[in-house]
Amino acid sequence: MKNKNNWMLPEGIEELLPEDAARLETMRRELLDVFNKWGYQYVITPMVEFLDSLLTGTGPEIDLQTFKVIDQISGKTLGIRADMTPQVARMAMNQIKSNAPTRLCYLGSVLQARGAKIEKSRSPIQVGAELYGSRHIKSDVEIIQLMLEVLATAGLMNVHLDLGHVGIFRGLTKQAGLSEQQEADLFDVLQRKSTDEVEELLQTFDCDKKWVDVFQSLLSLNGDIDVLSTAKDVLSIADESVQKAIGELQDIAILMQANFPSLPLYFDLAELRCYRYQTGVVFAAFVPGFGSEVARGGRYDAMAEELGGEQPATGFSADIKVLSRLSTVNSVEIAPVILAPVDSDPDLYETIRDLRAAGKIVVQQLPDSSDEPAHTSTLYKQDGRWLVSE
Amino acid sequence: MLTIAISKGRILKDTLPLLASVGIVPSEDLSVTRKLIIPSVDGHVNLVIIRATDVPTFVEYGAADVGIAGKDVLVEHNSDNLYEPLDLNIARCKLMTAVIKGQGMPAGKIRVATKYVSLAQQYFAQLGRQVEIIKLYGSMELAPIVGLADCIVDLVDTGNTLKANNMEPLDEIMQISSRLVVNKASMKMKHAEIKRLIDQLERVVTERR
Repeated sequence: MKNKNNWMLPEGIEELLPEDAARLETMRRELLDVFNKWGYQYVITPMVEFLDSLLTGTGPEIDLQTFKVIDQISGKTLGIRADMTPQVARMAMNQIKSNAPTRLCYLGSVLQARGAKIEKSRSPIQVGAELYGSRHIKSDVEIIQLMLEVLATAGLMNVHLDLGHVGIFRGLTKQAGLSEQQEADLFDVLQRKSTDEVEELLQTFDCDKKWVDVFQSLLSLNGDIDVLSTAKDVLSIADESVQKAIGELQDIAILMQANFPSLPLYFDLAELRCYRYQTGVVFAAFVPGFGSEVARGGRYDAMAEELGGEQPATGFSADIKVLSRLSTVNSVEIAPVILAPVDSDPDLYETIRDLRAAGKIVVQQLPDSSDEPAHTSTLYKQDGRWLVSE
Repeated sequence: MLTIAISKGRILKDTLPLLASVGIVPSEDLSVTRKLIIPSVDGHVNLVIIRATDVPTFVEYGAADVGIAGKDVLVEHNSDNLYEPLDLNIARCKLMTAVIKGQGMPAGKIRVATKYVSLAQQYFAQLGRQVEIIKLYGSMELAPIVGLADCIVDLVDTGNTLKANNMEPLDEIMQISSRLVVNKASMKMKHAEIKRLIDQLERVVTERR
């Protein structure tokens, strides 16, 4: 017996058969068209790079997610891209170096050594857009709107938008005088909204009672837009940077409500997605029936600065494989196929060429096969002319 | 409509009165029915009855919006993809090491029988001890008696099972109680419903203290 296990793929690696591949490819083209219409220029980042440059400005999570190989030519360690965002940021900073805002988009396979937490795939096809050179919240709003358009184009319905701001937590920990380790520990328990663990942890910190109360209150600062006005009261002892962050969220909410009146907005001031490299507004999109976010993004000025430029940056990304699976757009229409018989008539070849030039799909029967390929009509000869059957 | 995952076994007898106190009553007797999904009497909630260790998985993937699981299971599962907003203060016990009475912890590399593989590994790593973990699914107390392991790591409630097998608890690893866990996407998309449930439960838990 033949060992079928030879055909098994590694964990988290998958192949797409024609139907799924066609669906994904249609979506890929549509999304690139959307980016094009919004003025986002397409870039192609390298599949592998020297590890040092690949990881510049990223956190330890990306390091763990990166597959590593040794380069036989330079002897250095290479990393296979696990996230294209830092690569695109570097291209914008070091290659394009424009003074005007730069809009870039990208789409390609990435490889993740450990896979995502919920989606076990280790080979997502990442799609995203980044806007460099503006600190104004209008640029964040543009990116959020583009993300929503991408999701709508992909056929995802009932999208919920989740908004947060890393500046609030950063501002508070700085003002409370927490050490880097304390900040990281607190971040960890806040991510799980574990009330009693936050309480326990804060007791071990040597900080003022008023800050303990503030950090605890962060846990309940989530919900609809009213949360922002509550936050203004609860966090009134916080400094200007925190007030500014809340103000930014309010401004974004107003702009989003004006343009997307039916979009459900959810605010969570303790949500610190990709906290380590993000610096400002963070956001994510959720759809019913999927336990995790379908697209995410935010502002990451600090990373841009580490990459040698001083450009502010904001952007979003998603996995097009996930989008394709969740899409409500029915499977791609089956295009009519014309079957051409086995015949060496030069006229037949010319007819086929003309039909293909007119956008028709023509498949020619092969002499050594009696099975006809799937088709909707056939070519036949009548009075010396080749015609397509009804 | 909310789906709540609750675990069979030890936690269930504490869970049902708690849920009943916030108006969630299963429409069938759980000790009799063989159904795995049971709607509540008022029809607002579906209860799914699963193994304790599966609760975080169901909630993480969004198969259930909310779940009730022991801290032991949550730490062992080690997911930061869940919210854990409330300590329900039920099914309290301790996670402890235990050995055969009077023997104490042997020196050198020891063998540890447990179902909490990663918790046990972390605990002994913190102490700087090299250990060999033997994964068992139940009847841990048997392992030292038959010479399979030097010590066990398990939940200790009354300590009667240990006593009956001539064993004694040694060190406390952590305090355990059951937690309410919430799927991250549900928390955002069904916020009003879930927030109401958390608030109601919180009130009951505080009153009981």
